[in-house]
Amino acid sequence: MTDRAFAVVRAGALTTVQDLGRAGHAHLGVPRSGALDADAHRLANRLVGNAPGAATLETTVTGCAVRMRCAATVAVTGAPCPVTVDGRPAAWGAPVHVPADAVLEVGTATHGLRSYLAFAGGIEAEPVLGSRATDLLSGLGPDPLADGAVLPLGTPGAPVPAADAVPHSGPVRELVLPVRLGPRDDWFTAAGLRTLLTGVWRVSSASNRIGLRTEGPALERARDGELPSEGMPLGAVQVPPNGLPVLFLADHPTTGGYPVVGVVQEAALPAAAQAAPGTPVRFVRAHRSPRVRGV
Amino acid sequence: MRALPVGDHGLLVELDSGEAVEALHAELLRRAAAGRLPATREIVPAARTVLIDGLAEPERFAAELARWDVPPATRSGARTIEVPVRYDGPDLADVAELWGVTPEEVVRIHSGTEFRVAFCGFAPGFGYLTGLPERYHVPRRATPRTRLPVGSVALAGPYTGVYPRSSPGGWQLLGTTDAVLWDASREPAALFAPGTLVRFVPQPFDQRPEAAQ
Repeated sequence: MTDRAFAVVRAGALTTVQDLGRAGHAHLGVPRSGALDADAHRLANRLVGNAPGAATLETTVTGCAVRMRCAATVAVTGAPCPVTVDGRPAAWGAPVHVPADAVLEVGTATHGLRSYLAFAGGIEAEPVLGSRATDLLSGLGPDPLADGAVLPLGTPGAPVPAADAVPHSGPVRELVLPVRLGPRDDWFTAAGLRTLLTGVWRVSSASNRIGLRTEGPALERARDGELPSEGMPLGAVQVPPNGLPVLFLADHPTTGGYPVVGVVQEAALPAAAQAAPGTPVRFVRAHRSPRVRGV
Repeated sequence: MRALPVGDHGLLVELDSGEAVEALHAELLRRAAAGRLPATREIVPAARTVLIDGLAEPERFAAELARWDVPPATRSGARTIEVPVRYDGPDLADVAELWGVTPEEVVRIHSGTEFRVAFCGFAPGFGYLTGLPERYHVPRRATPRTRLPVGSVALAGPYTGVYPRSSPGGWQLLGTTDAVLWDASREPAALFAPGTLVRFVPQPFDQRPEAAQ
């Protein structure tokens, strides 16, 4: 077959199509969505000559395998993992040429959670509100991958550039999240805020693309009652009645009624996307922020 | 009006009433349309706040905002949507009891109210509709239902809502509609957007069409 597409041989635990999301629709209740580790997503695209917004696959822990229906240049970034083409080892973090009919396998992550698989030309799933991202909260965008599904690829544009240095992070031993207090820090006691900035939590296994949930000390509230629903930004640290902070990731609800004690800087969210359950989490006070260079 | 910081690039503007939220939101949209608003990523009105995110210089914008003269919101020019409803919800009798009226009166009062989409959230296309006088505000169900049918027309607190898809929920169910609240292939995708005016039109039970999916 010569059509530009691939077939899913092994979907893995949760593999979704992602791009940079659909910002600008929060007032309609539409989450931003998009790649949780946006840096890794952009890098994968750059390695195959795509624009940063081209759609990639985001895997979760166990990777995925696809059979190519056309030859294509691909690259895998994010959580490090073995990459094979028809069973033979191939490079991680570099462009790999995969012939038509070959099976490309993204293996189980050695550390981190989410790997990104970019194809030259990008995945041409049907866009919704200008984005091809799968949004698990509201069910917008393509369905998560299923064995046997076939996804179309676009036509490669620019020639693939030579690879430059690819950052290869070590395992995340501790997730440190710079947080700027507010808007609802006054809903917590001074002791509660001290707990936020000195306590250590662990990433809960209940975490997902909607939020990174934590286990650890509860933040003491200064007031009871409910907050009328208000807009929730990406990176919001929302505190439900059990006092355990929840960091809102890409598929988070756009409005909510639990107080947001602080907001984590967007530049720290890729690391949060890679923190496995059990990883220690600390919040530190953010200083007005660094324009962090894109990777 | 009080502007609270939200991360490095956002402001949460707190207001005294839903009407003030409506007015500020309308003013923000007017200024954006006229090219007189700095670039933003999201403008999200809610019950008592407007979140403005993606500002390059939020402090500067907050200072500017404090000097704005925001006219009261007017409803002229707002889109009015008519939503046909079968008032056959399982909580109709409970709501009638809470209101101290007959179920027929509930239908008359609810369908006689001009609602406005105050804000959205929860799911794409879900709007929080205001307009019922305070004496008709009702609590949520003590035990949320695990699954509400798509198109459920429901009440909770000061709000009326219509579920765009099947989901769990604790609101009081008055009835159902076949209106499509969200269709990504439609322009606009959402039937309800902040500011939209809504009227519910009772649909006789004997004209009930085949259940739509």
